[in-house]
Order: sequence, then C-alpha cells, then structure tokens
Amino acid sequence: MQNSVAHIASNTFREAVRDRVLYNLIAFALLLSGAAILVGQISIEIEKLVVINLGLTAVSLFGVVIAIFIGIGLVSKEIEKRTLYTVLSRPVRRWQFIVGKFFGLAGTLVVNTFFMAIGVFAALLYVSHKFVRSDALILVALYFIVLEFLIICALALLFSSFSSPLLSAVFAFSLFVIGCFADDLRNFAGMTHGLSRWLVTGAAYLVPNFSAFNVITSVAHAQPVAGQLILQNTLYALFYAAMALSGAVLIFERRDLK
Amino acid sequence: MPAIEILGLEKTYSVGFWRKRPKRALHPLHLNVEEGEVFGFLGPNGAGKTTTLKLLMGLVYPTSGSARILGREWTDPAVKAQIGFLPEQPYFYDYLTAQELLGYYAQLSGVPARERVQRVDKTLHRVGLRDVQGMQLRKFSKGMLQRVGIAQAILHEPKLVFFDEPMSGLDPVGRREVRDLMQQLKQEGKTVFFSTHILSDAEALCDRVGIIYKGELRRVGAVEELTSSVQGKVEVIWQGSIPASIKALGAECHAAGDGVRAIISESQQDAVIDALRRERLRLISITPVRTSLETYFVEQLRRAETTAGSTA
Repeated sequence: MQNSVAHIASNTFREAVRDRVLYNLIAFALLLSGAAILVGQISIEIEKLVVINLGLTAVSLFGVVIAIFIGIGLVSKEIEKRTLYTVLSRPVRRWQFIVGKFFGLAGTLVVNTFFMAIGVFAALLYVSHKFVRSDALILVALYFIVLEFLIICALALLFSSFSSPLLSAVFAFSLFVIGCFADDLRNFAGMTHGLSRWLVTGAAYLVPNFSAFNVITSVAHAQPVAGQLILQNTLYALFYAAMALSGAVLIFERRDLK
Repeated sequence: MPAIEILGLEKTYSVGFWRKRPKRALHPLHLNVEEGEVFGFLGPNGAGKTTTLKLLMGLVYPTSGSARILGREWTDPAVKAQIGFLPEQPYFYDYLTAQELLGYYAQLSGVPARERVQRVDKTLHRVGLRDVQGMQLRKFSKGMLQRVGIAQAILHEPKLVFFDEPMSGLDPVGRREVRDLMQQLKQEGKTVFFSTHILSDAEALCDRVGIIYKGELRRVGAVEELTSSVQGKVEVIWQGSIPASIKALGAECHAAGDGVRAIISESQQDAVIDALRRERLRLISITPVRTSLETYFVEQLRRAETTAGSTA
C-alpha cells in the first residue's frame, strides 16, 4: 500500500507523456533556436542577455501553462470519467491518490524543465560560442522555476479537487498572475489603513509570492543569488505546496464521488 | 459468517443550488449475503442499486449506518484487497493498453511483483482479450471494455466480487460468457454480488435476489421462493371436449388435436376437476405454472406504486 503513491505518480507521468504534452518541447527548442539566431543578428553585444531572459521566461511560462493545463484535470477528469472508481475500490487511500497525482505532475514538469533547459543552454552556446562560470547561475534560476511549478501543481490540484476544470484554470492562472505581483501587493498593503490594511495584508501573504522566485534578470546580468534566498525560497515553496496539497486532501477526503 | 452485512446504510443527498433540500437515495438498508452466494440486486434505473454499491466501495459516504465485509468494517483498507468491483459502464485510462492497465491495477491491489505478469496474462486469457492485450483501450469496443472491466475486478483473485450491471452493453454471446464466468466464480467459492435490471440473468444465476425500488429494499429471497409466493396458476390438460361449466369459469382453453389445455387459477382447480369427472373426460396432467422473476418483479413494482399512490 505504501507503494500506491509511487504507482499513481508513475501512471500520471505516463499519461502526461502519452498526452503528447512533452512534445511541446520540440516546438519550444526549435522556437528558441530560431529566436537565438534572430537575436544574434539584431542585438549586437546583448545577445546573450536576451537569450537568457527570453529562454528562462519561456521555460517558466511554458511550464506554468503545462502545470495548470494538466493539473486542473487531474482529479476532476478522473471523477467525471469515473476512472477513479476502479482505483479507490482497491487498497488505495484518497490521500495517496492526491499525493501520487502531485508527484506525477511534478515529475512531468521536472523532466519538461530539464529538456527545455537543454534548449536554453544550446541557444546560449550558439550565440556566445562558449560557457563561462557565471552561466551556472542559470541553474539557480531554473531551480526557482521548478519550485514555482511545485506550488502551481499543488494549487491546480487543490482547485481540481472541488471545481470544474474551467474554473480551476481560471483560479490557478489568476493566482499565478497575482502571485507574480505579490511584492507590489505587500507594498500596497503598507499604504492602506484600518480594516482594509488588515484585509490587503492578509491577501498579500496568502497568495503565493512568485516575485521572490523571479531571478531571471539578475542571472542574465550575471549577478549572484544569495544562498539565504535559495534556502528561503526552498522552504517557502515546500511549505506552500504542502499546505495546498493538504487542503486538496481535506476536501477530497470528504467528497462524495457521485 | 456473512460475506456482506449491511447494517442500516442510508444515503441522503442535498440537491438544489441555492436552497438545498434533502433527497433520499437509499432508505436504511439491512441485508446479509452469505459466503459463496451469488446475490442479484434488482431494481429499475434509479432505484438505488449503484448508490448501494458506491457506499460499499467507499466512493460515497453514508448519512448513517455501517457495513461489514468479510468480517471487517467496510472502511478498512485491508478489505479492499479482497474485493473486486466492476462499476456500471466502466471507463478506463484509454492511453494504456489492456496489459498495462491490468499491470497498474495489479500493482495497486498489492499483487506481488513476481506474480504480476503471469496473473495479468491469465486474466486476459480468461476474459478473451489476450489477442488484443497490446492495443490501446481507446480502440476497444464497448463490449471489449466491459471485459476489461471484468478482468480488473477479478485480477487479484478477490474473495468477493461486486458487479454493477455486468451485462450492460454486451451482445448475447458476451452476456453468455459473463454468465459462464460468474458461474465459474461461484464454483471457485467466491461470493458474487451483482446489480442488474436484466431479470433473465438474475433468474439464471442467482441463489438469492433482493428487489430495491425507490431506495427501499422490498423483498429478499431465493428466486423460487419469491415467485411461488405470488398466487399461482395451474395448467390442466385433458382429452376430449371443453365442458360448458369450465368455459363458464372463464378459463383460457386451447384445443389442439384431441387434447385441451387450460390455464386456471389455483382456486378453480377443484371445480375444473369435478367438471371433468362429471363429463367423464380423461385428465392427463395438472401442473403449477411457475411465475417468472420478471412477472414477480413487475408485480412488486406495481404494488409499490399502488402503496405509494394510496399513502400520498
């Protein structure tokens, strides 16, 4: 029974692969290579900066879209198609199903990011002809992007556990956009007074702070990333994903599968 | 020890968007199914058959009541390793092949890794899908998917199998095969609980049946026991003419050659025999006409409707 999570995760990964989601990578790699050639021709001196910015932003956006696109259907689609019935009538607990789905999707995104990162490094090599030590910082930015994905996966699952795929997509994407401006929201909270201050501050700390994960620009300028930020972001992402996942489990445990 | 012991399971859903109102899908249900028995759960669509099965599988939660399966609480995960379940109109991960799907279910059911391949192969053979084991399920017909459903339910060799409308979507040959399979399961000593509204299947297979209507269990018993409880008719065959006194009873008489066959109610039996004696006609046979399960079932539903109508 302990292995149920691993079996469900592996099947979720297999589903994503057979759903041809990973094949968007080929398109992405081609697009990025094409863009790198083009950038090399039009932006003298800053071509490397543009490739890193463009490449990492694309990795992040593609991944977010995939996480939301797959995540929102993970539970609701199984209920709707009743594929869940033959899983939960076995010695599988509901929390194992949710956690297995989470790891399956997270695994898909990690593999996705790995291949997309190869595309970024290939484009970088094309424009700069060699790697330098500061290019290793790109790995930190990629790590933060993966952490971001973990949060989005958990949120997509949370929404998927109680609402339709369409609504889940709207909720998850809205939260992603708001989360990208979490710092601004926190600053705004500092400017308000009274009850609204409490409400805005509460909302600002409740939404995921994705702005803390965005180090793409500084990495592109070869500025080092503080070790403390790496630790902080890691703990924050794990905590936030665990909370969202717990919420998904709590809702799903109580749900009647009509 | 009963294989299934349902102790007042009840389910009420809340329906409506703004103003929720309760809708009772299942009245408190008390039912025992013995080990090794084939039990048919009969009822028209929407009677509460699927709700009962979903409650037993832990897919929906009861409003009240409990159940014991194979001597344990029905919520105990250990129970689920010993039961198989075929949902109504099953749908599976269509990106998988039949072999992959059964492999996945074998993993989830805790079939040891060393036995898995052999078990999957054996089950596919048993349901006649070995030739298409490498084909993705999205290419399967409805009947083939039903076989996959049966395969996944018996794959881990459970002691108790629940089938929800197992004959649904099958052609006559497929239905026969499923019947045979259920009989084999019985011979292997397994308990089979299946819901259906195809009464001939229940009549052919079940040791006992339960009739559920509008969420309420109306009758439970062996098919013969239930059908004999309906006041019977008698078939009388004799040689010769049709006496006027028998015609006067309103009996349905059919003459063929030298013989006459009449279907009469049991209460008219003595009067008919007296008439035949008086006319010195030769009596050939008197046979009780067995009520079919279908007749009984329709009769029960009609009664339930009448009762509901009179109380309303």
